[in-house]
Amino acid sequence: MSTRSRIAVAAAVTLVACATPQRTEAPPPRFGEPVAAAELAGFDISIPPSGEGLPLGSGTARQGLKVYEQHCLACHGAQGVGKPADALAGGVGSLATKTPLRTVGSYWPYSTTLFDYVRRAMPLNNPLSLTDDEVYAVSAYVLFLNGVVSEDAVMNAQSLPQVKMPNREGFISDWPPRRN
Amino acid sequence: MLRAAGSRAIIVAGWAKGEAMKDRRSFLKRGAALVSGATLASRANADPLAGEPWERVYGAGFTKYGQPARHEQIGRHFGQPYGELAPGSGAALSPIEMLDGIITPNPVHFIRSHSGTPDIDPKAHRLYIHGLVDRPLRFSVDALLRYPRITRTYFLECSGNSSRALTPKPAQVPAGAMHGNISCAEWTGFPLRALLEEAGVRPQAKWLLAEGADSAHMSRSVPLEKALDDAMIALYQNGERLRPEQGYPVRLLLPGWEGNMSVKWLRRIKLTDGPTHTKDETSKYTDALPDGRALQFTFEMGVKSVITRPSSTMKLAERGFHEISGIAWSGAGRVRRVEVSTDGGQTWAEAALTGAERPRALVRFRYPWEWSGSPALLQSRATDENGNVQPPRRDWVARYAPDTRFHNNSIVSWGVESDGSVKHVYA
Repeated sequence: MSTRSRIAVAAAVTLVACATPQRTEAPPPRFGEPVAAAELAGFDISIPPSGEGLPLGSGTARQGLKVYEQHCLACHGAQGVGKPADALAGGVGSLATKTPLRTVGSYWPYSTTLFDYVRRAMPLNNPLSLTDDEVYAVSAYVLFLNGVVSEDAVMNAQSLPQVKMPNREGFISDWPPRRN
Repeated sequence: MLRAAGSRAIIVAGWAKGEAMKDRRSFLKRGAALVSGATLASRANADPLAGEPWERVYGAGFTKYGQPARHEQIGRHFGQPYGELAPGSGAALSPIEMLDGIITPNPVHFIRSHSGTPDIDPKAHRLYIHGLVDRPLRFSVDALLRYPRITRTYFLECSGNSSRALTPKPAQVPAGAMHGNISCAEWTGFPLRALLEEAGVRPQAKWLLAEGADSAHMSRSVPLEKALDDAMIALYQNGERLRPEQGYPVRLLLPGWEGNMSVKWLRRIKLTDGPTHTKDETSKYTDALPDGRALQFTFEMGVKSVITRPSSTMKLAERGFHEISGIAWSGAGRVRRVEVSTDGGQTWAEAALTGAERPRALVRFRYPWEWSGSPALLQSRATDENGNVQPPRRDWVARYAPDTRFHNNSIVSWGVESDGSVKHVYA
């Protein structure tokens, strides 16, 4: 190829390059840092129905009453009747009536959700403060108020997920969505 | 002098209207004479030139961060079910009746929070991605700010929006106090997919749990399908960094889905093989049916519209022309059509749309109306590109349990009385 035709080819390549949107040569950025399991443990607080991730520790309703009186009663009322905050007990059998009462006992499908929520969010003014034993105990107490477990049933990582909630079959999943 | 100036105004207006003028030349001459006469007279008397007081003083200096005009009383409507016990649990609804266009200004974007707004130090905040991934990762906010960005316009709607329109009697409150848990913003950030690919999602992963750093640690389960589709990590809203109430320093954004799934103050994403069944996807945000059962994981927000002007608690000053205007949206995609009725749904006319090209964003609709002075019943009805149609209120109510509060996308009715007052009515 002559020098002149080389220049012509180079010019043509340049023209094509200019006419095409510039493509980045940079690989996708990766700014995440590796994280050790020990660091994650303190944050990994979500508990699915299987109970996977439930911590060591245990408690009974009898022990939970004390936790409840100290941390919960002011807002949720004696025996979980509610007011000013949500009712925690009662309402079983009311869901199909004109005055449904949706509580942990009448509505919540999984006992693990109770442990998960109390541990992550309660008490309202001091969350993440209860010990795991206290969370097991107060969960046991709320389940006891609803007649789901006995007063001396020990709730722990093995027994809590086994508790069958009255409304376990009451939900219809809308995912994946039904299309017209 | 004043009389002369007044005559000039009338003459010029008459000329502009093209009224019959037999001797146009002499007419113009006479007008010119009047004008020059007025000018000379005012100079001779040394009367001041026309102008309001603010035109005669030097204006205010600059401000670092702007405020609305002091004459405009704009603000959110508060819904605090627990009152002073938990003032940050509930909602501050957007004053949709005071807004126009498509974008909600940041200061009045609706707020829904479960345990108030946390005061997060961006230097200390971290986002973790772990669970069923090859590489558990930690991201600082500075790291998140380095990813290549995209900008998208999306609405956010709390799935409890319009629950106040389910009370036994229609509440006589402004439209925003009932239907204002809807807002629309231009969001900037990057696809969540980028972080998921970096962590390496394992084949067993089908869902993820997204969790906030508020004191409720609000958490929701999200199908992986959505996370890999259009889910965003949002850092900016309408051009500025997220506000604390909207999830500063980083939030998840799931276009078209229940607002609280766009988890604010995002601190953790855990890839899982199934939904976690958190409190806010079991005891709340489930749609109770009359037979006692309930729908769970109804993520998409239904097609919906509401007339914002005129609307409840407003008053039409006089008969004659009024523009009927409002907002429409669909979690399924684009709004295809909005119809307006002024006779309670007997007849419908198509409204003009602004923004209909954008999926999962607000659309502004407008319809010109001549009010005769007789009572009228105003309604709007939206249809989306999938053919979903906003349902009549009675049909929607019949579908659910008496205490249900979520996903009310039924038609809203405003009654105009003969004195011009606009009332919220059930029709």
